[in-house]
Amino acid sequence: MHNQVIGKPISRVDGRAKVTGKAKYAAEFTAPDLLHGVVVSSTITKGRITHIDTGDALALDGVVKVFTHQNRPKLAWFDMSYKDLDAPPGSPFRPLHNDRIKYNGQPVALVVAETFEQARYAASLVKIEYAQEPHETDLQHHLDTARKPASGLASLLKPPPPKARGNFDKAFTEAPVQLSTGYVHGFEHHNPMELFSSTVVYGKDGKLTIYDKTQGAPNSQFYVSQVFNIPFRDVRVVSPYVGGGFGSGLRPQYQLFLAVMAARELKQSVRVSLTRQQMFTFGHRPATVQHIDLGAQPDGTLDALRHAATAETSRFEDYIEVVVNWSGALYKAPNAQFDYNVVPLDQYTPLDMRAPGGVTGMSAIECAMDELSYKLGMDPLELRLKNYTEEDPNEKRPFSSKQLRACYQQAAERFGWTKRSPEPRSMREGHTLIGWGMATGVWDANQLPARAEAVLTVNGKLRVSSATADIGTGTYTIMTQIAADTLGLPLEDVLFRLGDTDMPLAPFQGGSLTAGTVGSAVKIVCEDLGKELLKLARKMPNSPFAKAKFDDVFFVEKQMRLKADPSVRIDLQTLVDQNGGRAIRTTATSMTNSLKQGKYTRYAHSAVFVEVQVDEDLGTVKVTRAVTAVAAGRILNPKTARSQIIGGMVWGISKALEEETVMDHRYGRFMNHNLAEYHVPVCADIHELDVLFVEEHDDVVNPLGVKGVGEIGIVGMPAAIANAIFHATGKRVHELPITLDKLM
Amino acid sequence: MQIQVTVNGKTRKSEVEDRTLLVHYLRDQLHLTGTHVGCDTSSCGACTVHVDGVAVKSCTLLAAQADGCAVTTIEGMAIQDSPTTSQLHPLQEGFKECHGLQCGFCTPGMIMTAADLLKHNPNPSEAEIREALEGNICRCTGYHNIVKAIQWAATHSTKPEPNQQEEPVVADEHLFTNDVTTGEVVETH
Amino acid sequence: MKPFQYLRPTGVDAAVRDLTAQPDAAKFIAGGTNLIDLMKEHVEQPTTLVDINRLPLATVEELEDGGLRLGALVTNADTAYHPLVEQRYPLLSKAILAGASAQLRNMATNGGNLFQRTRCYYFYDTSMPCNKRHSGPSQGPAGCGALHGYNRIHAILGTESADGNVHCIATHPSDMCVALAALEAVVRVSGPQGERTIPIADFHRLPGDTPQHDNTLRPGELVTAIDLPANGFSHYNSYLKLRDRASYAFALVSVAAALELERSDASGDQISAARLAMGGVAHKPWRKTEAEALLVGQRPTPDVFGRAADALLDGAQGYGHNTFKIELAKRAIVRALSQAAKLEPTE
Repeated sequence: MHNQVIGKPISRVDGRAKVTGKAKYAAEFTAPDLLHGVVVSSTITKGRITHIDTGDALALDGVVKVFTHQNRPKLAWFDMSYKDLDAPPGSPFRPLHNDRIKYNGQPVALVVAETFEQARYAASLVKIEYAQEPHETDLQHHLDTARKPASGLASLLKPPPPKARGNFDKAFTEAPVQLSTGYVHGFEHHNPMELFSSTVVYGKDGKLTIYDKTQGAPNSQFYVSQVFNIPFRDVRVVSPYVGGGFGSGLRPQYQLFLAVMAARELKQSVRVSLTRQQMFTFGHRPATVQHIDLGAQPDGTLDALRHAATAETSRFEDYIEVVVNWSGALYKAPNAQFDYNVVPLDQYTPLDMRAPGGVTGMSAIECAMDELSYKLGMDPLELRLKNYTEEDPNEKRPFSSKQLRACYQQAAERFGWTKRSPEPRSMREGHTLIGWGMATGVWDANQLPARAEAVLTVNGKLRVSSATADIGTGTYTIMTQIAADTLGLPLEDVLFRLGDTDMPLAPFQGGSLTAGTVGSAVKIVCEDLGKELLKLARKMPNSPFAKAKFDDVFFVEKQMRLKADPSVRIDLQTLVDQNGGRAIRTTATSMTNSLKQGKYTRYAHSAVFVEVQVDEDLGTVKVTRAVTAVAAGRILNPKTARSQIIGGMVWGISKALEEETVMDHRYGRFMNHNLAEYHVPVCADIHELDVLFVEEHDDVVNPLGVKGVGEIGIVGMPAAIANAIFHATGKRVHELPITLDKLM
Repeated sequence: MQIQVTVNGKTRKSEVEDRTLLVHYLRDQLHLTGTHVGCDTSSCGACTVHVDGVAVKSCTLLAAQADGCAVTTIEGMAIQDSPTTSQLHPLQEGFKECHGLQCGFCTPGMIMTAADLLKHNPNPSEAEIREALEGNICRCTGYHNIVKAIQWAATHSTKPEPNQQEEPVVADEHLFTNDVTTGEVVETH
Repeated sequence: MKPFQYLRPTGVDAAVRDLTAQPDAAKFIAGGTNLIDLMKEHVEQPTTLVDINRLPLATVEELEDGGLRLGALVTNADTAYHPLVEQRYPLLSKAILAGASAQLRNMATNGGNLFQRTRCYYFYDTSMPCNKRHSGPSQGPAGCGALHGYNRIHAILGTESADGNVHCIATHPSDMCVALAALEAVVRVSGPQGERTIPIADFHRLPGDTPQHDNTLRPGELVTAIDLPANGFSHYNSYLKLRDRASYAFALVSVAAALELERSDASGDQISAARLAMGGVAHKPWRKTEAEALLVGQRPTPDVFGRAADALLDGAQGYGHNTFKIELAKRAIVRALSQAAKLEPTE
């Protein structure tokens, strides 16, 4: 009688707005007399600005003002004020703060003009002279300066490496089969399709309405309020549609600061949009160098495991991500050691990018396990199963649920893994070498507190809202489903809204936590509304619900009914009438059950099997088919969830084969900073992709039992591809991406 | 300079700077913001519109170059039955039903490119679709459902009878919008 | 973009006059698919744009000698899908469709394709040193950033100038021009001194010590058409493009291969004519008749193809990131010739 729509492949409720061009992203909002700002970026990496000449720019028609560090308004003095809710430990970057250049591409001026083209041309005429200082940007040349990162609030969701267990050195030395290997990953930039933009509408009363590209409107509001010392009530941040995020919108980017600064100074509405090149001038997935040592018995039993990673960060903040912990949680090696260090360099602070740390670390350990399987002469899947653990060896506690074994089995069967010929280079058609590889994926299933509001309107329709985001994931749709199910209404009678700081507070959308976090708040607020409805029903004359408790009723077909006797029923519309024809409104907060959750390790898992074709002469690689089996708790909507996984798998193809931002370290500048030369997959790169959802029940992770699917799709994919390439070619490539030159 | 462009069936006379790009003319002067800017360097395809019936990237075309031409944007794809009802183009229906979108930012450009493909090749194979979409980048969907959406559209032609379904309330309807367009409408077709 | 004066002549003579009036500051614009991007980046800053789209140069005509004349303003898409091009010059059709994307081919013209500028990262970034871009301080510093920098996509052939120095290692990015080189097309131009024709091999130039000049056109000259000779090598040809993804990327290496095969005896075919041109490896489409001569009179075998590849790559030099291209180019030539001879399937 419950669950009419949860778990169904409902089409997106925001689909119509998006296919008709009506969905408005940050740069699609406008205002009367809107001014356009264009950012001038530094062309050196480190040093000082010695002179700025804005004369030529200001002389042009339509140019209103050029902001630089010399004429910017006075702002908050303390570093603390610039810390957004996702800031890592350190001193956040402050745009136009002073004459110091901290990284290449740093914003050094904002040109504001009446039209975009006027501003763009004027920006090219701002003359800046610098006194350059030597810079350091190359991680591999500065590994000797690696150190432990500072810890801060961020470590709540990003635990430090696990404590060592057993005696790694001894176990490794004594192990009959040893493997020492390493992997290098380059920089990557998120590159969502939407350019970062902020349209700041300056109200008559000086209040700001900001249409911002963000994964968390409340974070942008918090940041603006702190930096510009404006009360929260005078800053409203609105972000109904977000053209992709992948982590890039977790922190406010500098266009927000610049647009707000300009609007306040000029007392006029201003939009600042970054160019695609400038999308390479803030956070990125950090370059990393990883080392893995594995010691095993001839039967594959792991005795010793060491996983060490070094990543770059900026000079001003210690960005951290969880890279090495996954290895220790996935395999039960009794002697294990973990290390994670950072190297501060002259560049912007890295920023969480889809499955941050997870895809990095899992790519390394899952390639290493593949290498070990060949040393042992063992099937790679057998080796995983041999070291499978039902308990988290890092924390010595059970998993809240773990259907990874079923993932392996179901995906292997769908793929036809048993038909694999184990020898490398043993499968070919003419010039084409065929390879099969597999890998495992793991990701967190976290829940944070969130708030939501539910209103039963005068015409019996349900309006639910929460200041979360939908960066393309399907939040609008799944929240509509949860609300509709909880109160027994058809989908078309439910409207879920998000992305507005006037709505109840919710955390940013990231880390695959929205479904569980905001979903729980939506469920609870709808239940609370249901309780209000029951109260109204009980107060009615001769009410058959007079003695009913909330557990005694259920909601279906726009009615409340008694479980004991479903013929006892009342229309929700009647309850509105009972309320004097007024809407019924509740707000609720979903808290996490830390006591219960803390007893378990909560992960989503996946198993990935991949087939590649490699041209033996030319080195070109095609991922001809891939199967991912995912155990991520309850799947709220197979349509949106499957698309998340497929999108993640294509990110995996991208990371394995195409994607890397290349820096010319002589200049400290990224050179392929556009979408023609920063390669991400095009449609023709993609072939058969298959997704299986493995049934998994979990009553620990959150009240809905969902684990989230935003990240898990990418995690295992790069290693599976690299392993398939080894199987095809006999070549183990230790540096991603695996471009054709590395296979020739 | 003054240009005359027929946009989604309406002929407009507008004054533009010589250097105004077509995409900015559509977005800033006509407020047709369904055409998106994703790279501004003709790489991503989000700004694809039809000029005289063929798909082009409006970020790399001067509005002056489109003078005298007919331009169709995503806003011109659905058939407006009445002020409050409209019938989606089969491609729009396909992208919606087959989940050919996530964040939706690349979607208008994808639909406009696919429409050009279907005009030349009404029943494209999967490989032909994948090849034809080479100039449109999607970072969310992995393209899988985009291909399906186009295949769906290829087998569902626009129904002649009007679909009297009310347009549903869109989630951001309550927000600030400014639908006033500049550019004098000289005639309506 | 820097403001410019926009002119829209309707005749060739008027267009040439408009351009000649400001020889250094005026540019023709047709499709504009590359020029406008370069103007947005301030790499190009013309003060006058002469829009030639209304000139009567948009037809494809058969020539008396059996060749085909492609009007300068026929779009790349219309050319690639033109029945006569598809039938008689499939190599050209394949090369055009291997480049850019549908939307760009719908705008880009045949004339404009000849004027595509390099995709060198340093050329596009006005804060980086570049001898090709450099013509004054407003376009950034002189020097070649790529030479000792990130040069994965750069040239391996024809980079040295007469004085033995290397001033530029940019490549010409066009696919169409590689096929035109193999087909020995002829470019027709109209200028202040009247009309003339330029063989495609002489149209583009090597960088030498003046890499800012991509071609040998004289001031004020306008390309009006491209003539294709009668022999289109329509039976045995292949355009092989190697790049970092399946479509929509510039070539690391591309090969236009065209053969004529004659049955010499019962045991097999013999090559009676051969054309071989490469893209992505030099400042212009790379062709050497010596390499082709090695093929003529031989049986089509991988060994024979390999010798031609070695000859075409003779003198190749890598600069670090792009050194792999030398070997890749050789293998690509062997593959493309094998495909052209139908010894190998094409993808």
